[in-house]
This record gives sequence, C-alpha cells and structure tokens, in this order.
Amino acid sequence: MIHQVPMLVIGGGPAGMVAALQALEAGVDVVLIDDGIEIGGQLIKQTHKFFGSEMEYAGTRGFQIGNLLTDKLFSFDNFKYFGRTTATGFYEDGVVTALKDNKEYLKFKPEVILIATGASEKPLAIPNCDLPGVYGAGAVQTLMNLYGVMPGKKALMIGAGNIGLIIAYQLLQAGTEVSAVVEAMPCIGGYLVHASKIRRAGIPIMTSHTITEIEGDACVERAQIVRVDENWQPVPGTEKWIDTDLICVAVGLTPLIDLLWMAGCEMKYVAKLGGEVPVRNKQMQATIPNIFVAGDAAGIEEASSAILEGAIAGLGMANFLGAEIADYDEKHNKYWNELNSFRSGPIGQRISEGLKFVLS
Amino acid sequence: MRIKNHPILKFEFGRKVKFTFEGKEMYGYEGEPIGAALHDNGVMVLRQSIKLKRPRGFFCAIGHCSSCLMEVDGESNVRTCVEPLKEGMVVKLQKGKGTLK
Amino acid sequence: MLKQTGIPTKEDIEKILPSKQRREKGAYVVIECFEEIPCDPCTAACQYGAILQMENVNDLPEADYEKCNGCGICIGLCPGVAIFVVDETYSEEKALIKLPYEFTPLPNKGDVVPGLDRAGEEVCKAEVIRVQKHPSKTNIIWITVQKELAHEVRFIRIPEI
Ligand SMILES: Cc1cc2nc3c(=O)[nH]c(=O)nc-3n(C[C@H](O)[C@H](O)[C@H](O)COP(=O)(O)OP(=O)(O)OC[C@H]3O[C@@H](n4cnc5c(N)ncnc54)[C@H](O)[C@@H]3O)c2cc1C
Ligand code: SF4
Ligand code: SF4
Repeated sequence: MIHQVPMLVIGGGPAGMVAALQALEAGVDVVLIDDGIEIGGQLIKQTHKFFGSEMEYAGTRGFQIGNLLTDKLFSFDNFKYFGRTTATGFYEDGVVTALKDNKEYLKFKPEVILIATGASEKPLAIPNCDLPGVYGAGAVQTLMNLYGVMPGKKALMIGAGNIGLIIAYQLLQAGTEVSAVVEAMPCIGGYLVHASKIRRAGIPIMTSHTITEIEGDACVERAQIVRVDENWQPVPGTEKWIDTDLICVAVGLTPLIDLLWMAGCEMKYVAKLGGEVPVRNKQMQATIPNIFVAGDAAGIEEASSAILEGAIAGLGMANFLGAEIADYDEKHNKYWNELNSFRSGPIGQRISEGLKFVLS
Repeated sequence: MRIKNHPILKFEFGRKVKFTFEGKEMYGYEGEPIGAALHDNGVMVLRQSIKLKRPRGFFCAIGHCSSCLMEVDGESNVRTCVEPLKEGMVVKLQKGKGTLK
Repeated sequence: MLKQTGIPTKEDIEKILPSKQRREKGAYVVIECFEEIPCDPCTAACQYGAILQMENVNDLPEADYEKCNGCGICIGLCPGVAIFVVDETYSEEKALIKLPYEFTPLPNKGDVVPGLDRAGEEVCKAEVIRVQKHPSKTNIIWITVQKELAHEVRFIRIPEI
C-alpha cells in the first residue's frame, strides 16, 4: 500500500516538529516520521536551558521544549506520527520508502516533503579510536540523559565547542568525573559562559592540545594528550597519559543529507555550514520544488534557528499546497526578522557568510 | 551502573525485565535499548570487527554506525542501540557477519 | 585568556562591577557574560528593570545598579549560569555571595564547604547560610566568605559523604 499524503516530514527534531505545527495550523494533514525511539531529535537529550529569545523558548531546558512541541503536535487530529521509522529511499516517481521497527517497509507518496534529518557526528581518527569506551557525544547523552545509565567513571572530552562543553557539564551532573576538555584550536569554540561554568567546577579546558593515542585491552584505559603548536604539530616533551574509561568525541557535526542527494537536489560544499548543504530559496525550498529543508540538515547551527527555519519551511509548504494563509507574508517576514537578528552577532556571522553560497 | 541522583532529570523506568547475555542472566528496563541495559550490567564489548576482530562497543546510539550489531533471539545484525529490550530476550555476541534467517 | 581557559580575568570582572559607592550600599548583581551571544532571558527576568533591554539579541547584558536590589531572581533564569549576586555589606568581615547550583546533593544551611574560584581551585571555606530551591532546578546557594574573596569565590564543592 502506498500512503498518499499531502505533507511528509522526515525527522522529528525541532525543525521538523515546528514545520509540522505551522502546516497543521494552516489546516494541512501532516505525516511525520522519525527513526528515534522517542520524538524530539537532539532536544530530548538536552538538560540545559536554551539560549535565544522568547519565541525559541529561551531559558527553557531542551527536553522540556521537546515535550512542549510534542504535546502541541499530538493535539491535532490531522497529525500522524510514525516512530522508529527510518526513511531509506527516495524514488523517481516521488515515492519515499521507510523501514518501521526494523521490519516493515512503508511507502509514502507525498505532495510535499520536508527533509529535517539533522546531523551526524564527525569521527576521530587516531590509534585505537574504535575501542569500547570511545563514544560519540550523542551516545553519551543518550545513555545518561535518556536511560539513566552512567556512561563511565572518569571521562575525557575531546572538543571545546558547545557540545563538548555542555556534555562535560552534564557528565558532572550525572556523577561522572571529567579529567579535562581537550581542544586542538587555540581558542574555545563554544560559548564562553558554558566554558566558565565547567571551569569553575574544576574541569580544565586545554586549548592547543590534542589526543594522540588511546590504550586499553578490551576497553579504553588511558589516553595520551599533547600540546600542539601554531602549525598543529605536537610539541615534543609535552605528552601526558591520562587514565580514563570514557572518551567522548565532540569534534563537530555534519549535515545528514543522504536523502537530498538521492532526490537529486543541488548541493554545495560550504565549510561554514558544516559540509555539503542544499541550495534553497527564502521559503526553504530546495532546487526540486516539492522538497523543503530546515534545521541542521540545511546547515549546522542551533535549535533556535532550526525552530525558525522549520516555521518558515512549514509555512512555505502549506502555501505550496494551496492552503489559505491570510497573514502569510506577515508571518514569513516575522520569522525571517527573528532569524536575521539571531544571526546578526559575531557568532551568527559565520552562518550568514555561509548562507550567501546557497540561499537565493 | 545507573545514575542515582540527578539534579535535573527524573527518570521514568519501564518494568524490570530479565534477559540473558551469552547465557548469563541480567536485568534491565523494558523498552530501553538493549545496549543501554547491557551497559548498565557492565557489558562494554558488543561485537568484534569482521576482519581484524577488534572489540567494538556502543558508539553512535542512533542506529547509524554498526558498532553494536548483535544476535537477538536468533536474529543477526540487530542494532542493539535502538532495539527495545523485552522480557526474556536472548542476546549473544554475533559471529562475523551473522546469518540471514 | 578567557577564550583560552574559560576563566574571566581580573580586568574582565572589574569592567562589569558597579562603582565603589554603589558597592558600599548593599547587594548587587554581577553578570559574568562577556561574549555577544544570541541570548536575552536576563532582560526579562528582572522585574525591576535593572537589566537593560537589548537592541539586538546578541548584545552584552548590562545592569542598572541603581535599580538592582540584589534579590537574585535573575540568577535562576540565566541559561548561561552566569549571574551572581554579591553583598559586601553583609557583616564587618564577611561578604555574601548568591550563586547558581545545578548539582546534587544540595548543601544544608550551616554547612562549611570548600569555596572555589573561577578556575575551580579551593580558596577558602565558605559557610552556607541559605539554600533557595528554584522550580527550574537552578537552585541558588547563599554563602559567606571573607570580604576580600567576594569577587574570587564563584562555586562550591560538596565534599563526598
Ligand atoms: C550537546 C548539545 C547541546 C546543544 N545545545 C544547544 C543550545 O543550547 N541551544 C540551541 O539552540 N541548540 C543547541 N544544540 C543544537 C540543537 O540541538 C540542534 O541544532 C537542533 O536539534 C537541530 O534540529 P533539527 O531538527 O535540525 O535536527 P535534530 O534535532 O537532530 O533532529 C533530526 C531528527 O531526524 C531523525 N532522522 C534522521 N535521519 C532520518 C531518517 N532517514 N528517517 C527518519 N528520521 C530521521 C533523527 O533521528 C532526529 O530525531 C545542541 C546540540 C547538542 C548535541
Ligand atoms: S538581582 Fe534582582 S534586582 Fe538585581 S538584576 Fe537580578 S533580578 Fe534584578
Ligand atoms: S541570560 Fe545569561 S547568558 Fe543570556 S545574555 Fe543574559 S547573562 Fe548572558
């Protein structure tokens, strides 16, 4: 059976959920599929309060934003959700295939599709980086924040971007000791308030340092770190072994864009947005007219901007389907103004520069 | 090991269920990923890499990396980081690429 | 320095402190947020208008110390856990510090605990004089320290029992 649906959203993170809400409010029937056990994407693993402004739920903890959006979605009768469902293919006749519960294949034929699949983590390539005890940042969060399992006793964090800093704090909250946050760049990449809050709790942040080797029999037992010079070269004599049973890798994200490739959307490599990203217009429409994009899949940024991009895309998709939206322009402009103001600081500048290559 | 006291989160665990890993009896909570339950029981090595036979553990936790493929109730290549735990499951280390039923 | 280590320098702190006269008058807010990030809940948190509205959400927060009474409501509402309150008039020798705390276990009133500086180093013993539980779980701990440490101590460690 092929499910004929007006609008299909792939990915139930903040971008997908908010897009669905916008369209539902305009009276469109929406089907959302997500491959996680729970809906919410990255949000449900975040125990800290989010930044941003009121419209993006600033000051509310990530998992609570997820709950708020989930409750709103399920209050609509014309909303249908498929959990543990992975979109696997995109065919020329416009059919999307998805695997549910690892068993059953579903087929959808949507009139318009949102790809809001988020991001995947970049790996770390050093000797023994495949030993058990080396985790991606997301896995550490999943274990400790969703399932209440201590991921380890003594952790070493690789990467001082926001994700590394925040998870170091979350590890402390879960009762795991954190030996250090190691960062190869000469400066901290994440927000300084996050850096300061772990620093005063006693976690050293070692900028201009990198991890060179991991040792252990069946699992991680220790790691070697070393200082690097301006040319990223290890400084001899600065090697140090640290005992640890948990190495958390938080060295960056890259947009998850397989489906966009499969569909044949035009893509460009933009380092400032995290990798290959789709070319899109101001409605967040990709170069194939019935495909829209939003969130980290369109460029690595933040939940606040994923929410706004989701709102813009959802509105655009409802409009594409011919829904009556009296205040379309007003809303569209309002979301863009918020987004532009969000991106107008020194941190958002990188994003704005990156967008010049893909936003028409 | 489980987190005893969390300053922010309140964990809602499912029903406590029994399962086996390599014949050994273990407990976990119904509905949580098998891999999380194994981790709680101190099982870190979930498989061996196919060619070099290197130990592999929980890595991405979202079903993308293949580091946690195991044999569950006779079925090979189950992604234990996203497969919910059920009462009585028989979990085993998988030999090589596993077999298709 | 801050960008390399996460530790604000003395100069960073001096820049944001109120005048000497204001410091002698009573409790005031100390907002240790030194980077333009897209964030503004603090501006709405203060009911007395002591944290100025921002023109752009990326602006640095700025306090109007004449309006601030040191109540500490803003502490629990800053997602950066970057706001403190200091009262240098607490007693002859001691200053009062109100700080955000998101860990378990919570200390008890009367406990004497290690007071840590911004680098996480123990610099004194601090006395806990009040534990304010906040619904958002960013609890607020009131401690007293020697006056000269009023702008050194920013965290406490609860020794393992
Ligand atoms: C530790 C950490 C801290 C953060 N802190 C903040 C913060 O303080 N403030 C802030 O604004 N942002 C923060 N972020 C960033 C924020 O979480 C992300 O930018 C945001 O979640 C992106 O939203 P999204 O909807 O694009 O993607 P995601 O939230 O990643 O959601 C994508 C969803 O798509 C699903 N999916 C992927 N592929 C498929 C497929 N083929 N089929 C079906 N489903 C699929 C995924 O399972 C996932 O549920 C943080 C991120 C991390 C990791
Ligand atoms: S301490 Fe009270 S009065 Fe002062 S800025 Fe904070 S909320 Fe306002
Ligand atoms: S709420 Fe906190 S982190 Fe955000 S701008 Fe204000 S002081 Fe800085």
